[in-house]
Amino acid sequence: MRRFLRSGHDPARERLKRDLFQFNKTVEHGFPHQPSALGFSPCLCILAIGTRSGAVKLYGAPGVEFMGLHRENNAVVQIHFLPGQCQLITLLDDNSLHLWSLKVKGGVSELQEEESFTLRGPPGAAPSATQVTVVLPHSSRELLYLGTESGSVFAVQLPAFRVLDNRTISSDAVLQRLPEEARHRRVFEMVEALQEHPRDPNRILIGYSRGLLVLWDLQAGCVLDHFLSSQQLENVCWQRDGRLIVSCHSDGSYCQWPVSGDTQHPEPLPSCVPYGPFPCKAITKIFWLTTRKGLPFTIFQGGMPRASFGDRHCISVAHDGQQTAFDFTSRVIDFTVLAEADPAAAFDDPYALVVLAEEELVVIDLRAAGWPLVPPPYLASLHCSAITCSHHVSNIPLKLWERIIAAGSRQNAHFSSMEWPIDGGTSLAPAPPQRDLLLTGHEDGSVRFWDASGVCLRLLYRLSTVRVFLTDTDPSGSLHAQGEDEWPPLRKVGSFDPYSDDPRLGIQKIFLCKYSGYLAVAGTAGQVLVLELNDEEAQQVVEQVEADLLQDQEGYRWKGHERLCARPGPVHFEPGFQPFVLVQCQPPAVVTSLALHSEWRLVAFGTSHGFGLFDHQQRRQVFVKCTLHPGDQLALEGPLSRVKSLKKSLRQSFRRMRRSRVSSRKRQPPGLPGEGQEAGAKVERAGLQNMELAPVQRKIEARSAEDSFTGFVRTLYFADTYLRDSSRHCPSLWAGTNGGTVYAFSLRVPPAERRMDEPVRAEQAKEIQLMHRAPVVGIVVLDGRSVPLPEPLEVAHDLSKSPDMQGSHQLLVVSEEQFKVFTLPKVSAKLKLKLTALEGSRVRRVSVAHFGSCRAEGYGEHHLAVLTNLGDIQVVSLPLLKPQVRYSCIRREDVSGIASCVFTKYGQGFYLISPSEFERFSLSTKWLVEPRCLVALAENKKHRPHRNGAGPEKALGRARNSGGQSDGEERRPGPVMEHALLNDERVLKEIQSTLEGGRGSYGDWHSRRVAVGYSLTNGGAE
Amino acid sequence: MNRSFHKSQTLRFYDCSAVEVKSKFGAEFRRFSLDRHKPGKFEDFYKLMVHTHHISNAEVTIGYADVHGDLLPINNDDNFSKAVSSASPLLRVFIQKREEADHYSFGAGALSRKKKALVTLRDEGPRRRAHLRIGVPRDFRPVSSIIDVDILPETHRRVRLYRHGCEKPLGFYIRDGASVRVTPQGLEKVPGVFISRLVPGGLAESTGLLAVNDEVLEVNGIEVAGKTLDQVTDMMIANSHNLIVTVKPANQRNNVVRGSRACGSSGQSPDSAASPRGLPPSRVLQNFHPDEAESDDEADIVIEGALEPARAARGSLSRPNGAGLAHRLQRELTLGGPGRDSNGSVHRLLSSLKADPRHSLVLPQGGVEEHGPAVTL
Repeated sequence: MRRFLRSGHDPARERLKRDLFQFNKTVEHGFPHQPSALGFSPCLCILAIGTRSGAVKLYGAPGVEFMGLHRENNAVVQIHFLPGQCQLITLLDDNSLHLWSLKVKGGVSELQEEESFTLRGPPGAAPSATQVTVVLPHSSRELLYLGTESGSVFAVQLPAFRVLDNRTISSDAVLQRLPEEARHRRVFEMVEALQEHPRDPNRILIGYSRGLLVLWDLQAGCVLDHFLSSQQLENVCWQRDGRLIVSCHSDGSYCQWPVSGDTQHPEPLPSCVPYGPFPCKAITKIFWLTTRKGLPFTIFQGGMPRASFGDRHCISVAHDGQQTAFDFTSRVIDFTVLAEADPAAAFDDPYALVVLAEEELVVIDLRAAGWPLVPPPYLASLHCSAITCSHHVSNIPLKLWERIIAAGSRQNAHFSSMEWPIDGGTSLAPAPPQRDLLLTGHEDGSVRFWDASGVCLRLLYRLSTVRVFLTDTDPSGSLHAQGEDEWPPLRKVGSFDPYSDDPRLGIQKIFLCKYSGYLAVAGTAGQVLVLELNDEEAQQVVEQVEADLLQDQEGYRWKGHERLCARPGPVHFEPGFQPFVLVQCQPPAVVTSLALHSEWRLVAFGTSHGFGLFDHQQRRQVFVKCTLHPGDQLALEGPLSRVKSLKKSLRQSFRRMRRSRVSSRKRQPPGLPGEGQEAGAKVERAGLQNMELAPVQRKIEARSAEDSFTGFVRTLYFADTYLRDSSRHCPSLWAGTNGGTVYAFSLRVPPAERRMDEPVRAEQAKEIQLMHRAPVVGIVVLDGRSVPLPEPLEVAHDLSKSPDMQGSHQLLVVSEEQFKVFTLPKVSAKLKLKLTALEGSRVRRVSVAHFGSCRAEGYGEHHLAVLTNLGDIQVVSLPLLKPQVRYSCIRREDVSGIASCVFTKYGQGFYLISPSEFERFSLSTKWLVEPRCLVALAENKKHRPHRNGAGPEKALGRARNSGGQSDGEERRPGPVMEHALLNDERVLKEIQSTLEGGRGSYGDWHSRRVAVGYSLTNGGAE
Repeated sequence: MNRSFHKSQTLRFYDCSAVEVKSKFGAEFRRFSLDRHKPGKFEDFYKLMVHTHHISNAEVTIGYADVHGDLLPINNDDNFSKAVSSASPLLRVFIQKREEADHYSFGAGALSRKKKALVTLRDEGPRRRAHLRIGVPRDFRPVSSIIDVDILPETHRRVRLYRHGCEKPLGFYIRDGASVRVTPQGLEKVPGVFISRLVPGGLAESTGLLAVNDEVLEVNGIEVAGKTLDQVTDMMIANSHNLIVTVKPANQRNNVVRGSRACGSSGQSPDSAASPRGLPPSRVLQNFHPDEAESDDEADIVIEGALEPARAARGSLSRPNGAGLAHRLQRELTLGGPGRDSNGSVHRLLSSLKADPRHSLVLPQGGVEEHGPAVTL
């Protein structure tokens, strides 16, 4: 009967649930894991990245993002946009070609796979005959030329992928049409390069790996010209006017070949080895770009001296006597140069270099002096140092937001001021409803502050805690200390730096108070830092305190790492979060829980040994409490030796096994001396085999107090509640351990006027031992209306209703196995939900979230968002603990994904899908941050006056800024608004006038970006 | 109930070989000691008891409180010597006139039940037949029972393991495996979970109701099908205080034959005290529901009360755990108002303390043992 009631179906509630909960994975933040290909569409101004797992991701203006996944899950080898179309071709490592389109559906573009195709040779042909090496989308938009390993070039008609046999350019055909003197060498082999003549679509340049370049006339089917190099060919590049070909070679040289119209065989200009004379590595790709000023840009990948710099990942830029070899921290996958998009323009005028490295995307401003980096608004390398923890803070007050941004902008002074140059498409997503911060802690002791309000995860500010400590390396860094006359002129770029100076610096817990600007961070070696946001730089002493968590317990020896050594004397801190207190736990075990109460000025921290409370106003320790039980040796040994001991114990168990087998053998009547050993070895092998064959088994044993790590403090929580009696509420600190114990301390915090005079007092008031002894992962106090207590200072800032202090409070304790509500102040169990007993899943993360209704404005409910060890996400109602919904979210095998999950206060969440990517999900119907964007091509683009430099864009930008259409945007969102834009005469006039104004500066990129999207959209919609 | 807790002054230190005995008959106490290693015969002991209490003309039953607070009988040499040897350190003996002896007085939880203080620890089912008297089984603490025989297929067996108060580990392992099912399409192999190993001396082995290669079908009423080994492990551990496993025994020869006496054990082990009170087991968990089955034996221990404020003020409030155990116990005992539904069961407390080396290790010698709370209450 009760079971029936439990699953009782209440239609009204079911309806309400539909209004409240909905599960979506909305967007992937960060940098794609294992990128393998780069594509760029100059006309759409959209960047595409393919990955080894078969994903293809498109990025335009911030907020414009698309993702597609190949069914095959094979690595994407090449990506090519079709010229002048919203389509792209991908080549996978299984030699299949895929056509993707951006289609407009319901006012938003969607990326879809249209067609796929694998080139098939005649029966019996070697597979290499059709192994595609180069793809050339022809500007006619109908043809695709495929260069293959066999040396043939196939023509394929789009979009149906029909092979046009009669247009195949086989190497035999080329050979026949070559002049006599070029035929004598075996020059063909595979096609390395295939380039269309920039001015004449009927001519294509075919480059073969042995060094022969052939200019082929597509219509006549004849060789117009040929160029023979003595070196293996890597790649070629046309000069914009088609008068010069630049080829690069495997010996690190590049050659320029003048193309004269006549059939006369031209002499090459002398080949150039930029980093000679010693043997160099190949130059794998080269760009030769003309500028209005005259001197061209030469940009090439590789070519470094083999012996001394052969292991560097370099891209060199040479222009006007300046040369820099950008030295990347990870392998360069591919690069491209953003230049004048209009094919008819006279000069390339490159403005940005886009480099896709294995671990990050780097964009370099080629216009500004010194070629500074452009900070990317997306594709952030989250993992530039490995992420060790994350913390999300919703709804940041504007004041704090601005201060953080200001602090961050000072750190970015060395970046280019150029607006993000990849700006295709329009983001139609509504402005984020609030400002959210995602804080990530990293292995190198830094904390990064990310703007997580919208689709783009943008780095706002980076905090490093390294300065507080003495480390082996000098934090000032010697990376940029290259001498003037160094050759090659290397310059380190990129932020990816996986090497941590000291693993103890790693950040494990973060707690930010958004109202006061107090931040607490805690790390691997038991260090707890309290920081305060300061807009000025400061030179200050960080007060150090040691918290001895073992107290009077004796006979212990910590075998783990030593604690960090703090830098003595005043330390200089840049504007931003500046530490003023350092608490170091003793033993220096990793900090496992952290809580900060900015109103009471208290910080609580816990490790595997105990927890402590620190008054950061008076800079005094209030108390420490040891939670360790005497038998727990493992907890004392420390994390490092634990790993070691696991290995050791494995080895020992093998040895023990061997010994027991051997000795049991020995007890038998002795045989020949050699036999015993042999047999022993045999037995050992058999034993190993048995071990492998033995099925996995699990021990069924109740948890006991003797288990290891029961003292591990899992959660800390401050609450102002009725801890002792129902008439008087008081501040309290709650701690939950791995062994299922909850400790409650009542606190006496002196009133503000005497805050500095009287000490904060604490007394243990309660201790609850959950009988099932499962780890306590969450503690929440519900007020008289069963609403979770607000955050400190929330009420003071009028952002929350003050809690109901009249009714009786309740205590919610979440263990890995159960949810349990107790009454307060007398703790007696009231309600429970036994998750593990019923489902076999265990709570990994739990957080209170507010779910707003998508229908009724202002209606919302507080519930628990729960992630289990099976990767399911559930909502459990408060205060009745009824399961509401359940969605499967993360694969259960993805342990690091589950461990990285963080919930927001409004029913969203993040988890790592790779070391460098956060998946964002939403449980709420109301709060949904997902890309909604439109990319469309102007059909009539060809007929419109060509862009001249940045002029028209800027004009459009101004048009947008003029406000002519902005009110339209307010009223009619979505595809309607471009009509508003076009219908507004004022806007059109302004566009025209600016067009006539000629080139503008790039000062106003931001507006340009938005405007381009609109102009594209207009065309598409008409 | 709220009788204050007082320490015995007499037993600060005890001689290891002497066991102090405190026997109680009605409201009278007698104290004497026995040699731990040579307790003597039960008959002598019985005579001694009736002599010291001056009740030689009455037929009495003798019982003692064991370490878990359970009232167990002393009626032969074996359990007498067990009682003496397990006394830690005080042996508390209870004497009742046989005609007055409560039928249900012995067994786990008997002490507390008698005092009507708290909810019974194990739900015996609401209707106990009052005067059914079965000789021996009730003199033992139940460790397991077969239940729901009448509603399960004969090939299945539902076993309940009583871990309460038992220091034995559950002591078994489970593994993945393939199980053959008969389907309309013929035989089909489906993944299943099996018992892979029984730990010698563990609870599971000692019941004799579970064996290696038995397939696990349900855990506390929840089907295991479709769940991973880890999930099943977690479910079993989560239910370890009152674990009910439905298995399909690998050995089908010892199945309970329906209609016969329901609580027949598998016969593999004579000491499996199935259904000790002789009530039809089907009553216990018929129409089984996890919520009902969980009973109240999962009550958490809550320790309330203030610490000495002076300590707190010194900024070093913490103390080695258990140092102030007596103090703490006192708090626990005084707090336990009769209305506490979460049953601050002293049993529980006792057993948990027992299980917790923190307490036992730092226990001041002779500190609390004299007046085990079970007696005072």
